[in-house]
Amino acid sequence: MVDASHLADSTPTARKAGLVACTHCTRVWPGGTTRCPRCGEAVRSRDTRSLSRVWAWWVVGLICYIPANLFPMLETTFMMRTSGDTIVGGAVVLMMHGAVPVAIVILVASVCIPVAKFIAVAYLALSVQYRWKSDSLKRLQLYEVVEFIGRWSMIDVFVVAVLSALVQLSVFVSIHPGPAALTFAMSVVFTMLSARSFDSRQIWDSLEPDLPEEPET
Amino acid sequence: MSSTTDLQPLPPGTSAALDDLIACPSCDALYRVEVPKHGERAVCARCHHVLIAPIQGAILRIVALSLTILVLLITAIFQPFLKIEAAGLSHSSSIVDAALSFSEAHMIGLSVAVLALIVFIPIARALLLIFSLGPLLLHRPALRGARSAFRWAEAMRPWSMAEIFVLGVGVALVKIVDMARVELGLAFWMFAALVVITVLQDGFMCRWSVWAALDSGHPDPFNADRDDSDAETGLREEPGHG
Repeated sequence: MVDASHLADSTPTARKAGLVACTHCTRVWPGGTTRCPRCGEAVRSRDTRSLSRVWAWWVVGLICYIPANLFPMLETTFMMRTSGDTIVGGAVVLMMHGAVPVAIVILVASVCIPVAKFIAVAYLALSVQYRWKSDSLKRLQLYEVVEFIGRWSMIDVFVVAVLSALVQLSVFVSIHPGPAALTFAMSVVFTMLSARSFDSRQIWDSLEPDLPEEPET
Repeated sequence: MSSTTDLQPLPPGTSAALDDLIACPSCDALYRVEVPKHGERAVCARCHHVLIAPIQGAILRIVALSLTILVLLITAIFQPFLKIEAAGLSHSSSIVDAALSFSEAHMIGLSVAVLALIVFIPIARALLLIFSLGPLLLHRPALRGARSAFRWAEAMRPWSMAEIFVLGVGVALVKIVDMARVELGLAFWMFAALVVITVLQDGFMCRWSVWAALDSGHPDPFNADRDDSDAETGLREEPGHG
């Protein structure tokens, strides 16, 4: 039994009730529990080290994203002559051939989403770090969009895989993956890990008075 | 559209047993559990995260769709995927060829990763879901390890990218459609079906209900005492869900 009489007037939370919640199965346990007895997930009231992990993956992701844009994603050999296409270059070629919608899909998935994601994750992490009082609901919705949409950036890697497997017509024309395919895929994976390291419950903490931090385990 | 109810925050001064409480995984708000009707959803009043969304016969549907995914994926690996013809030359490719194209360019790690994202992880997820939830449908206690299996299946969800691959194939086809004639193989249509099935399965997945089922050992724990006529089949379509 839990005595919740000391809860403040704002929304009651598991932390204020002296409980710790499992983010996988949503059950609550007495404070100090470290592993959810029901589902086995590691539980903490707030993951105090989540921000360092967010920033670590974020930096590695950004480092991988730079060569992903500088090197060719695809190398096309047409009549014995090889040319490389970067992400943006490939989209421009598509646009000149009139395939504007596809060019837009590529640009959105490979340029707009990754760049927006870097900015959004950095903003969320900074807002928690410096306890900005901006609208928590908007920030949470931003986080949910980032989580939902981030994996779709992988589409360009799959396009390269399909094209290079399919377009192999001996000396006439062949397509091979370029070095950017690898760094781009790594960048997508690392930014996904960065977003998933973020503990969204911290977004709401800036509204609440400071509570004593949990001891590090 | 399913109707939505905000859960009422736990009023101060109340006491409750721990298993009567639910904490929002995105904002930590604490509520007393009130199970909504089938097809309705209980959402967090503070952050609008969907906390409980029970669907009639959800466990049966999840297991059935997992079996379908398994059959589709395993057959699709061995079926022709795409074939092109141009200038009298032709070349066909399977899904495995698509992933292995990176290893010819000295990126074997990327080949393995792509195979994992589009084939191995979806297969592993389907197997884990069948293993953890299947016994409940046969009215047997969950197997040992069923709980970790379900947790792993959920942890893998964002890394299961078959549906993104299908869209990638679409983009690739538009890129080469001017240059060559493309034939879509059986495996392509299997993957396209897979996308629809995965979306459906995600819609039936309510973690809270699945854990309640695992705890009680009954595939429809809250339906059992509400109306038991449909609890067994769980196949009747409800107008509410959607």
